[in-house]
Amino acid sequence: MGEVKVVGAIPSPYCYRIEWALKHKGITYEYVEEDLRNKSPLLLEYNPVYKKVPVLLHGGNPVTESLVILEYIDETWKEKPILPEDPYERAMARFWAKFADEKCLFSIITAFLSQGKEQEQAIESSLEALKTLDAELEGKKFFGGETIGLVDIVAGWIPHWLPAYEEVAGIKLFDAHRFPSLDEWAKNFNEVLVIKENLPPRDKMMTVYHGMRKNMVSSAASK
Amino acid sequence: MVESIHILSTWKSLFGHRVQIALAEKGVEFEYTKEDLSNKSPLLLQSNPVHKKIPVLIHNGRPICESLIIVEYIDEVWTDRSPFLPKDPYQRANARFWADYVDKKVYPSWVGILRSTGEAREAARKEFIECLKLLEGELKDKPFFGGDTFGFLDIALITFSGWFYVYKIDGYFNVEEECPTLMRWVRRCRERESVSKMLPETSKLYDFMVSTRKKLET
Repeated sequence: MGEVKVVGAIPSPYCYRIEWALKHKGITYEYVEEDLRNKSPLLLEYNPVYKKVPVLLHGGNPVTESLVILEYIDETWKEKPILPEDPYERAMARFWAKFADEKCLFSIITAFLSQGKEQEQAIESSLEALKTLDAELEGKKFFGGETIGLVDIVAGWIPHWLPAYEEVAGIKLFDAHRFPSLDEWAKNFNEVLVIKENLPPRDKMMTVYHGMRKNMVSSAASK
Repeated sequence: MVESIHILSTWKSLFGHRVQIALAEKGVEFEYTKEDLSNKSPLLLQSNPVHKKIPVLIHNGRPICESLIIVEYIDEVWTDRSPFLPKDPYQRANARFWADYVDKKVYPSWVGILRSTGEAREAARKEFIECLKLLEGELKDKPFFGGDTFGFLDIALITFSGWFYVYKIDGYFNVEEECPTLMRWVRRCRERESVSKMLPETSKLYDFMVSTRKKLET
């Protein structure tokens, strides 16, 4: 069918979710690291619209946008599906995956990369979003049920990445008492082998994120 | 089982129109409730507690939210006719990518044209045209984005088409001049009963734009 490549950049959570999905299904692939400060001609060719990672290459054909890639992976390799079969359950999974990205992760990244009033508002949105996800989980081991599914993979930045954002920005968002279901889920998620064995090194995360926050602060100061 | 299919939307919602067109394409009759967004109904708040937005499709009592998710749901429920997505995963990924692009890029610039002024409005107009040109490049010389049949990406984008006529009437800019191939696609789609029946009259959209912009200038 063609060889599989993932073009990514450590520690992007959008890229890790692609690798988790492939490893979950037992698909062999080659990983290519991209330097985002000096984008390769190949990246610009594979993703001319957004010029971003991740890119999945299958038989040389590029697929971009992580949620689109995850659905492509599920439709191409049918073993260990990450989306349920029932149309209503699929719609729910897509809804929550979109929420985990567009409301939750987006608010948290905004909070991590802002200051003052903007950061305050982003923190408020983040807490609301985490609370909503926590409520959605109630009673379930994973968002996908007994095994990880699309939503778990897409929300998978919470256990390992959220603490890094919090530390770099000096903010506190996650609270095991406030979000007990999410806390329990995070513990279970971190124990899943394909996740546990595929996480970015913390020191690299801290270096990259400190750099990003520093750039933001200095560019805000020079305005 | 007697099916109950109910849409909550507003007359001018680009996103709501996608759902209406999708159901019409499948030949599915539905009940329609017009929402007043300044006074949201208990049903809306109960059906979409997370975002409190329209459109919502309530199918046999179960709500589905987010227009593109609803359109895929419709395609996956009524599988025996008018498929919106091709069978090949790569082509499906391509359709989803571009539909998402419409949401991420076309929609915000459409909002800018409607609701901003001066330089910001001009920037929005430029971005809007650039997006349409990119989509036109994706369409090439095919009758529809999916090829020979009207599908997912066509549904995602066609709901903006009424506004192309509004901008021309207004004398603001002419999509036909900028994107002639796309305009031919627009006319082709608007000949379909599902599209012509579900999209609002251009004059109503025009009146809405005029009154919105009047409020901006005061």
